[in-house]
Amino acid sequence: MSNLSLARLLERVGAQGEGLLSYMGGLGFLALDTVKFGFLGLVVKPRLKPDATFFQMVRLGVRAIPIVVLVQTFVGMILAFQLSPVLADYGQLDKVATVVSIAMFRELGPLITAIVLTGFAGAAIAAELGTMVVGEEIAAMRTSAIHPIRFLVVPRVVACVMMTVALTIVADIVGSAGGGIVSRFILGRDAWEYYHTITDSLLIKDVLTGLIKSGIFGFLIVLIACYEGLGVSGGAGGVGRATTRSVVLAIFLIIASDCVFTALFYFLW
Amino acid sequence: MEVKAPTGQPILELRGVQKFFDGRQVLKDINLSVAAGETLVIIGGSGCGKSTLLQTVIGEYKPDVGHVFIDGDDACCAGPKDLDRIRRKFGILFQSGALYSSMTVGENVALPLREHTDLDEKIVQMIIKMKLELVGLRDFENLMPSQISGGMRKRVGLARAIALDPKIVFYDEPSAGLDPIATSVIDQLVIDLRTKLGVTSIVVTHDMKSAMRIADRVAMLYNGEFIAVGPPKDFTNPTDPRVRQFVEGLADGPIPLRVSKTDYLTDLFGAEAGD
Repeated sequence: MSNLSLARLLERVGAQGEGLLSYMGGLGFLALDTVKFGFLGLVVKPRLKPDATFFQMVRLGVRAIPIVVLVQTFVGMILAFQLSPVLADYGQLDKVATVVSIAMFRELGPLITAIVLTGFAGAAIAAELGTMVVGEEIAAMRTSAIHPIRFLVVPRVVACVMMTVALTIVADIVGSAGGGIVSRFILGRDAWEYYHTITDSLLIKDVLTGLIKSGIFGFLIVLIACYEGLGVSGGAGGVGRATTRSVVLAIFLIIASDCVFTALFYFLW
Repeated sequence: MEVKAPTGQPILELRGVQKFFDGRQVLKDINLSVAAGETLVIIGGSGCGKSTLLQTVIGEYKPDVGHVFIDGDDACCAGPKDLDRIRRKFGILFQSGALYSSMTVGENVALPLREHTDLDEKIVQMIIKMKLELVGLRDFENLMPSQISGGMRKRVGLARAIALDPKIVFYDEPSAGLDPIATSVIDQLVIDLRTKLGVTSIVVTHDMKSAMRIADRVAMLYNGEFIAVGPPKDFTNPTDPRVRQFVEGLADGPIPLRVSKTDYLTDLFGAEAGD
């Protein structure tokens, strides 16, 4: 390889690295500002409008209930279908409930809910804030001394984190119920037995690790969506690009952080 | 050229402001002072630096060199808290109106009041009605911005800009995209605000008719610097050929709208063709 092409390669790697670092830095600052304004708005000088947060909770969370219920019921059913032949081979068909519920509560409940919400809430937030940037609404807000992070980001972050956790609880329950449907009607096992196996085998740790992860996923979804939305430039095309990037990046970071936190819980808890 | 306030303490002052974008100088040593209660109209063609100047004054851009003083406060060196305090002294009418699309017309006007004052909700409602009455849109309070016309949106934007009774109001192309009647309504509002409430107005426009109607002084910006300043009557028969071309709206003159033949050929065929 010639010196010139090596230099070009290094230049490109350097530029990518710099871009990544500045992106992470931007996200970090947004997270810090959000925590600061959230703390100020909730504790020091209570100005956080409950209406705005409640509105966002309905919009981002409550309206996502049907799709989350539907998706997670199917996921629970698929799990039961996939696992029952393997468990039957070992004569452990009664363990379907345990395996389905642990998989749902620890992993698939938080993960699939977060991915559904990335499309449902993350894309909506990025597009909405991006359109506000294009329409000079954010500039109008800033120049009226109304801080967009306090006014727009904090309610969305609070709502999205709370609703991701709440929807994960719903997802865990309907996912396990989905497995129960297969267990009762396809495998012909007793529904009460399925229910009691879950309540006996599920540990508080299984539920909590899942919910902690879902809170982190919710924070990632909304933070990336707000960062991308507020950083839009270049009109309608910019809004489209920001929306796509926020969805792709959020899904990637959700899965990467899932791996990190699952490993942490594996070793520490 | 320096644009000095005629009398009294200036409420807005720019000292030696320069602004660069990617190495290109967009504002060249701007010195400007505006007296309290004055209406200054800044005219100039597209791309002359008008919008950059306005964005710099309202704190959206920081000048690379120089200072902006608003009512005695240096807006360039202010921290976030001070900047917020300074920003409460002025209102802005954006070119597009920039209404908050998720809020009704009334909520748009009420937002600055609800955010920056502790006024009782009854009083807020009264102020909304008063401000909307001023711009002739009292019955439109409950409509969404998407349900009203562009001209109405601008008038709501103005009602919102004056909701907190600011000392200074900035107007970015107030007549762009408006019919002549709507333009006169906005012009009359600018005049009323000055005569009745003593509001200082800085209007950026390229509409000469409107400039003549409302201005105490007109300043023409060209290539990032002021080339002419004076009362509107100075602009009726200007001597500077650049000002004359702009005021009379002539296609040919010292301000090039099209590239010269040489530049065009160079652009098409490379450097040797232009020689």
